[in-house]
Amino acid sequence: MDDLTLAGGFSDPAQQSAQAFRAVMSALARPGRIEAVRGAEPPAPLSQAAGVVLLTLCDPETPVYLTPSLDLPSLRQWIGFHAGAPIVGADECSFAIGPWEELLPLDRFRQGCSEYPDRSATLLVETPLLEARGATLRGPGIRDTAELSLPEIAAFQQNARVFPLGLDFIFTCGDRLAALPRSTEVV
Amino acid sequence: MSDDYNFAYLDEQTKRMIRRAILKALAIPGYQVPFASREMPMPYGWGTGGVQVTAATLTPDDRLKVIDQGADDTTNAVSIRKFFERTAGVEVVTSTSEASIIQTRHRIPEEPLGDDQILVYQVPIPEPLRFLEPRESETRKMHALEEYGLMHVKLYEDIARHGHIATAYAYPVKVEGRYVMDPSPIPKFDNPKMEMAAIQLFGAGREQRIYALPPWTRVVSLDFEDHPFDPSKAEHPCALCGAEDAYLDEVITDDQGGRMFVCSDTDYCETRRANGHRGELAEDAA
Repeated sequence: MDDLTLAGGFSDPAQQSAQAFRAVMSALARPGRIEAVRGAEPPAPLSQAAGVVLLTLCDPETPVYLTPSLDLPSLRQWIGFHAGAPIVGADECSFAIGPWEELLPLDRFRQGCSEYPDRSATLLVETPLLEARGATLRGPGIRDTAELSLPEIAAFQQNARVFPLGLDFIFTCGDRLAALPRSTEVV
Repeated sequence: MSDDYNFAYLDEQTKRMIRRAILKALAIPGYQVPFASREMPMPYGWGTGGVQVTAATLTPDDRLKVIDQGADDTTNAVSIRKFFERTAGVEVVTSTSEASIIQTRHRIPEEPLGDDQILVYQVPIPEPLRFLEPRESETRKMHALEEYGLMHVKLYEDIARHGHIATAYAYPVKVEGRYVMDPSPIPKFDNPKMEMAAIQLFGAGREQRIYALPPWTRVVSLDFEDHPFDPSKAEHPCALCGAEDAYLDEVITDDQGGRMFVCSDTDYCETRRANGHRGELAEDAA
């Protein structure tokens, strides 16, 4: 275990994770809103925002799936040391992390069942571009409409159609994040 | 602030578990997410669900307001405010507009909330169908199948018996056309306020459920075409501040049948009086 593994966690976990959670909650409750987070410095190529979300939400109770380009010993060790989350396959995970192309196809992930739709995966999508324009969003958390740059549209429309089942997405880019819950209709 | 506790009392792993439940609750508005509710240093029925949700949501920069039936100075509100002053060291306030998180028992503040605010409800029985169907396995199926006929039968029986829908609090709502949800025992007067700019989180400690409404979620009170929903209130102005639009408590003043109606929201009433509004029984009224 080297310095890279031990470094980069929260220096004050209680307060930093509280602040990070508020940013994630605010983003998920208002699809299209972009929030900045800080406090984690994960090994490359994981973004700072994805690292913060991992430290805030993941622990030994939440299996994590890393897509091939992120499935590196350095990241496995960092997640193991700071979050203690087991690394598993796509079909078992609570959280998945990776670029959009590597997360596809989405039907590998747990979507919940009709009696427990909450038993579904949350996908952290690492994106090179994140801005509040692009696809038009409608639904809970949005007064009229909002806009968000999405990697594609059809997959999110399909995800919204199976509501209340489905996946929830957090888009991470550098130190910023935005979210798209299954309840959002992508026009 | 006491150093003997982790920030906001709960340990970090518990907070992560509650935070994950809150996020799923926001993603599926109106659906009750099961969570592993902890023992809190207060009895069930004293807001253990709301306290856990608040603890998982608080940051050191927050300004916390706690109300019990609209009042900042009742036992439940005072004890919870003290609890978070001691374990989280956050600033506590009574002004609705200054608060960033408001934990409430059975009321929504009169003053409209903004989009930087969070309203946390204490919920005793989160399942709106529970008194119609005691089995959790059955109510869960009913939600899964969107089988809400029983709830309409209950409201219909109200009309058959009383001539109108007699449910006055915990009046069931439908969220985004999908889940029927218990708005907690707020008066039905408050139901129309639930389509608001703030995030609304609901915590039921004993029943181990968390549910949520993102801002501007469509919340429709159940009714019938010929018996539309009516958010009724007492036909009086507030005796202290003269407010015509606020929810009122009836206060018995003597044993001769004397009574007065006053705002249930104490901050709203005090703010109005500070701004010069006077009701007929205000001390310095003519």
